[in-house]
Amino acid sequence: MAELTYRDAVARGIAQEMARDPDVIFFGEDVAKAGGVFKATVGLYEQFGPRRVRDTPISEQAILGAAMGAAMTGLKPIAEIMFSDFIAVCFDFIANEFPKSRYMSNGQTKCPLVVRTGNGAGSRFGAQHSQSVENWCMMIPGLKVVAPSTPLDVIGLLAAAVRDPDPVIFFEHKSLYAVKGEVPDGEILDTLGTAKIVRPGKDCTILALALMVPRALEAAKRLKEQHGIDCEVIDVRSLVPLDTQTILGSVARTHRVFTVEENPRLCGWGAEIASIIADEAFYDLDGPIVRITTPHIPLPAADILEDMVLPTVDRIAETVRRSLSA
Amino acid sequence: MAKTRDRGTAQTAGNPSGLPSLPGLNDDIGEAKRLELYRSQVEIRQAEQRAYDLFLQNLVKGTSHLSLGQEAIAAGFAVAMKKGDLTFCTYRGHAHTLARGVPIEKVLGELMQRDNGLMRGKGGSMHLTSEEHGVMGSYAIIGAHLPIACGAALTAQYKGQDFVSVCFFGDGTTNIGAFHEALNFAVIWKLPVIFVCENNLYMEYTPIHEVTAVHNPAGDRASAYGLEKIVIDGNDADVVYREAQKAFAKARAGGGPSLIECLTYRHSGHSRADPAKYRPEGELERWKEKDPIKVYRERLKQFGIRQNVIDDIDKDVLRVVDEATEACKAAPNPPTDIIFTDVYADGGWAWRN
Repeated sequence: MAELTYRDAVARGIAQEMARDPDVIFFGEDVAKAGGVFKATVGLYEQFGPRRVRDTPISEQAILGAAMGAAMTGLKPIAEIMFSDFIAVCFDFIANEFPKSRYMSNGQTKCPLVVRTGNGAGSRFGAQHSQSVENWCMMIPGLKVVAPSTPLDVIGLLAAAVRDPDPVIFFEHKSLYAVKGEVPDGEILDTLGTAKIVRPGKDCTILALALMVPRALEAAKRLKEQHGIDCEVIDVRSLVPLDTQTILGSVARTHRVFTVEENPRLCGWGAEIASIIADEAFYDLDGPIVRITTPHIPLPAADILEDMVLPTVDRIAETVRRSLSA
Repeated sequence: MAKTRDRGTAQTAGNPSGLPSLPGLNDDIGEAKRLELYRSQVEIRQAEQRAYDLFLQNLVKGTSHLSLGQEAIAAGFAVAMKKGDLTFCTYRGHAHTLARGVPIEKVLGELMQRDNGLMRGKGGSMHLTSEEHGVMGSYAIIGAHLPIACGAALTAQYKGQDFVSVCFFGDGTTNIGAFHEALNFAVIWKLPVIFVCENNLYMEYTPIHEVTAVHNPAGDRASAYGLEKIVIDGNDADVVYREAQKAFAKARAGGGPSLIECLTYRHSGHSRADPAKYRPEGELERWKEKDPIKVYRERLKQFGIRQNVIDDIDKDVLRVVDEATEACKAAPNPPTDIIFTDVYADGGWAWRN
């Protein structure tokens, strides 16, 4: 058992898989000699060498295209897109190529690859380097979409993503890179498509993802201490496949649901889950499903402004308290 | 030494007569390869003409983009390939797919959206794929498959395998970002990939020279990536075959990528929706004089191949196309249960539990 940062967990997860499987290669901008702009891949170049850990030019289309071609022909590439906002410049591969080649070819083409990318706000980088864009990927049939919130989950889900035969978009939250957590020694392997109940409770269910998980947990702690409200907090972890059974099971016990989403409001991941709950668990509900999201705006850069728009512990706690007392 | 010529003239590089420098049957190509090159071009021509006829009968559905007039490029490269080499096509990919030996029935079946189609109707004309023949897909978003071909070439390099990835695309592709990203990528990593630009003079409906900063859309970009400028007669299968052999040898020897611009002309419009009325009067007729199949029939005769051998190839291909047509007409529609197969690697489409 060791205490590891989320950042170091990324490098450990990649190293674990590269050591296990010589077909795993890793490339992206500044990821090799510099160890990544977020220092999440430090040491990999030294450990695995320039054949397997490669710096690329600033060519996001070439990075993802090359990952796909390599995956189609027998390698298991991990490609990094430095900031998830940059997915917009290589979206063809994410929207049109990775997820459709198997289907269009009637099952001939395989695409086992992982795209790792730095997602989310909190660094005061402004509207083009701070977005939470997991919903851009969630909406596309053929992709798998994962967003871990802890160092342990980073390693386990990254390992699962590398071993998965489908294209997986792996969202790392930039504001979690410095967060520490206990990680056992030895190989760590988790399962895609599984949510995790990170705090059991009986009064309501709070669904959260990535940076919103620690905030939801803090809000739940406060609600219990100050108001006696017992929240169940679920770390959704995997948007595709989506663990609806864990979510619906929780709703059946608590009868109230809140989503905490960093994405701007329209078409956020919580909207899809709210729709599933409304379809399949309507009669389990004692009140409306409430989505706590960033407002539908581009993100401002200034710290005082950015802090106002992302869901905060205060906003989560207050929204839950008011809704349950209404 | 760069090989260039003016736009729109298609003659053998360094040999204005269009005749090979070595007469007789024993030049570098030889009779067997020449007959292979001829048959491949005829198969493409007849299969695509049949596809057009079937479209007029409302039996080919969706869109289709024909390579009529451009057959020498697909044939010349395919005959130069070894088993295991990989082809990456565009939506105008029937020719390159057929040239790798994919049965005509499978291609026509896909165009007719029948169960006997190459992908059972799940991909359509623009996405022909047959991995067992090395056809790694046909890509309908301009430029996407250049980086993908780089990735396949990376596998060959990484695993020490000697297969080469060949990526065919049109002149219009040279103006999209992925083209430039892929060329740079291939050069810096010295990847065994061949980029083949089929310059048929029209982007889609617009003449390429009206929308391109340089005279040769691919050839004049080569130097920006430290590559040799190669512009050849794309209507002469011998010229294409020889240039392809050089590029394969370079790639297999670890010499990295090549970018080859083949000058050609499509006899039909951009897609089945395009009557190609934007072409100046007489242009099509001038290019039909340089029809690659016409050129090649003359070539075979010059090398002493008897007319009846040529005619027999034509007749045999026609028989195959006729049989394929009948098989496709008789084939059922795809079953509806395949709608939900092969979204994910487990064979299904489940996105939730």
